[in-house]
Amino acid sequence: MVAQVLFLVAVAGFIGFLLSNLRSNLSAQGIRTDFGFLDQSAGFRIPDSSFRAEQSVRDAILVGMRNTIAVALVGILFATIVGVLTGIARLSRNWLVRKAASVYVETIRNVPPLVVIFFFWLAVILTLPPIEDAVEWFGVTVFSNDGLVFPSVSTKPGASSFWPVVGLAFVTGIVTWIVRSRSSDRTGDPSHRAALSTGLFFVVLVAGFFILGRPLEAALPERGEFGTTGGLRLNPEFASLGIALVLYTATHIAEIVRGALLAVPRGQTEAATALGLPNRKRLRYVILPQALRIAVPPIANQYLNLTKNTSLAVAIGFPEVTGVVSIAVGQGSPAPQSFAVLMLVYLVISLTISAVVNVANRRLVLKGR
Amino acid sequence: MAISTDALEPVPIPEAPVARRLPPREWIKENLLAPWHNAVLTIVFGTALLYVTFRVLRFVFVTGRWEIVRVNLTNFMAGLFPRAQLWRVWVAVFVIVLAFGFRLGAASAARVPAEGPKWETGPAWRRALGRGWPLGLFVTAVAVLSGSGKTIGLILAVAATGVAGFRLGMFLPPRRRRWATIATVLALVAGFQIIVSRGGVGYGQWGGLLLTLFLAVAGIALSFPLGVLLALGRRSKLPVVRAICVGYIEVIRGVPLLALIFMGTFAIGFLLPSNVRTPDVVTRGLIALIAFTAAYVAEIVRGGLQSVPRGQIEAAKAVGLSPLKVTRLIVLPQALRAVIPALVGQFISLFKDTSLIAVIGITELLGVARFVTKQPDFLAQGLEAETLVFVSFIYWVGAYWMSRESRRLELRLGVGVR
Repeated sequence: MVAQVLFLVAVAGFIGFLLSNLRSNLSAQGIRTDFGFLDQSAGFRIPDSSFRAEQSVRDAILVGMRNTIAVALVGILFATIVGVLTGIARLSRNWLVRKAASVYVETIRNVPPLVVIFFFWLAVILTLPPIEDAVEWFGVTVFSNDGLVFPSVSTKPGASSFWPVVGLAFVTGIVTWIVRSRSSDRTGDPSHRAALSTGLFFVVLVAGFFILGRPLEAALPERGEFGTTGGLRLNPEFASLGIALVLYTATHIAEIVRGALLAVPRGQTEAATALGLPNRKRLRYVILPQALRIAVPPIANQYLNLTKNTSLAVAIGFPEVTGVVSIAVGQGSPAPQSFAVLMLVYLVISLTISAVVNVANRRLVLKGR
Repeated sequence: MAISTDALEPVPIPEAPVARRLPPREWIKENLLAPWHNAVLTIVFGTALLYVTFRVLRFVFVTGRWEIVRVNLTNFMAGLFPRAQLWRVWVAVFVIVLAFGFRLGAASAARVPAEGPKWETGPAWRRALGRGWPLGLFVTAVAVLSGSGKTIGLILAVAATGVAGFRLGMFLPPRRRRWATIATVLALVAGFQIIVSRGGVGYGQWGGLLLTLFLAVAGIALSFPLGVLLALGRRSKLPVVRAICVGYIEVIRGVPLLALIFMGTFAIGFLLPSNVRTPDVVTRGLIALIAFTAAYVAEIVRGGLQSVPRGQIEAAKAVGLSPLKVTRLIVLPQALRAVIPALVGQFISLFKDTSLIAVIGITELLGVARFVTKQPDFLAQGLEAETLVFVSFIYWVGAYWMSRESRRLELRLGVGVR
């Protein structure tokens, strides 16, 4: 007890000492010591957003957070896909596929992510031809040093009434899935729930699409004098950050997936084969559930790493939250408080991801045991 | 009750199934062509792999304009280190290579694991090549790029020193192997002192690979004691201590290193009393790296602490050891031995993470790659590919080589094998 009190006093004293230094140093230099700077006007603009310089620093940080989350979500999605495929490829029966996958993994994994980001930004995307002679693939994508443009969907005037239809289609699909699973559990008949629910989803979607008079249309990028119009444009920074983080994180996910698949005891595979399960069912019902249980916690860790690595974008000038905060500091926001806010933002994001993954993980573990 | 002596006989280790060696034709069929979709994969991946190999080789040997790397080789290795003092770096390299050769030689006398990687068997030169080829590639690249007889001579001399140390180490009796480990630590300290003391160059003026390696080694060495304390604190019975350690570890792990580096660079000066001079920017970066790594080391060490069987602690208490002695003599040695490979892994990631401090304008390896393309001679010529590929290559050599060595270490220590 005495030891604890002494320890607490020592730690509190140390922190208090630092804070009092902070306070006196800041006021000695005429810098404010509270968090009021968040409400002051930012005085800088953020490229590719509607943010105006008169808006507050708080709003700027929110825009930065939005960009961080956008990169993180896109990155997590694609890194999972690439990583899982690569992990499986490393165990392929085909020698060449195996080798190709391990060359990729061993090359990218051992290079710092910041170098990968710089490489894709300076040596790949920015060396693409200028917009006048951009690389066009089949008229649907335009790649230039101004960014990568992909086709997307654009909305026509009456489109707002289409979103409820999308929701309805979604609900129909889910309800079908649940109903079919229950009746299959009861009767033992095959449920066909995947086929039925996807089918109904699309039936509702397509019916709504035509009834509302085709509210959406494909938007192909068109090359103009000063850039492209239409389509989904990824600016060079976003594109290189995304590609680099996906390729880097995917190598780690691939190693986890490979390890998890190898960690399922061989006896399980052999037993499943002995029971006469075909290849696909063996994977679906025997190998994957066990491998997933091993792989989910470390993969979640990689999601967190990817999210934290989005901060590297500050080096290439992409305005995610670290970049925005460091610009704000350059514009006169007090550094200690600003970076404290930054750390808080990341803590919130990290804890949210952990919480989501923990829920998923709990379901997975319960199901298996 | 009679005890059957049969039960005490060692259980014969089941023989590993003999690997099938297929004749080349069958092997190709089995691994590349059958069934039909495998053939498709082979064609697709074969074409892609050939194309990538072609592009890489063409870049390295034909189209790459390596002039920028050649001219700036010293910058890449040591940054803006005062050129008149470069001999100190060479002396330090000699001392450290000698000690590491000695350590490796001492270790090579130890038993080779039966199921080691395949480069463990065969004649000595092949084993050396199998283990050291990434390093060899790096040294060769540097020698070729330098193109100066003096540098190549020095590199050869360094290599010879390493080999001499190795030979010497092989004579070290196995019981004295600890000496070799102590020698490497002493050599690192001595190397640092040679460069710094007696009119030397403080690390604030180092750069390039030298600074990268210094930051990585100093970072892991200084964060290790902090990490061990945090790990012990996290397992403490005192709730206040535990809460503070958990808080520190979780906050640091939830925050990107770059945010900490910014915090360190811009805020440390404000946190010190006004009469204390603010440390230079490299030191502040190093402090951020240490604060960051300590949390990760703590988690690794905690894993090791949890792997020590309870019986060990109970037995230690039963023979009357004090709590401090239980931790120091029984728990920590076993826990730390179990986490050596994970610590090497953390060292590798620290080695890669040092690149982040290029963001605050320090010219470590990546920082050099960024500033040389801004030199008047090379400005705006699109030479980023060359410089970035060169530094990636250096990082790759370091990280890849160390990860292979760590896998080897894992096999030797028998951790990770269950």
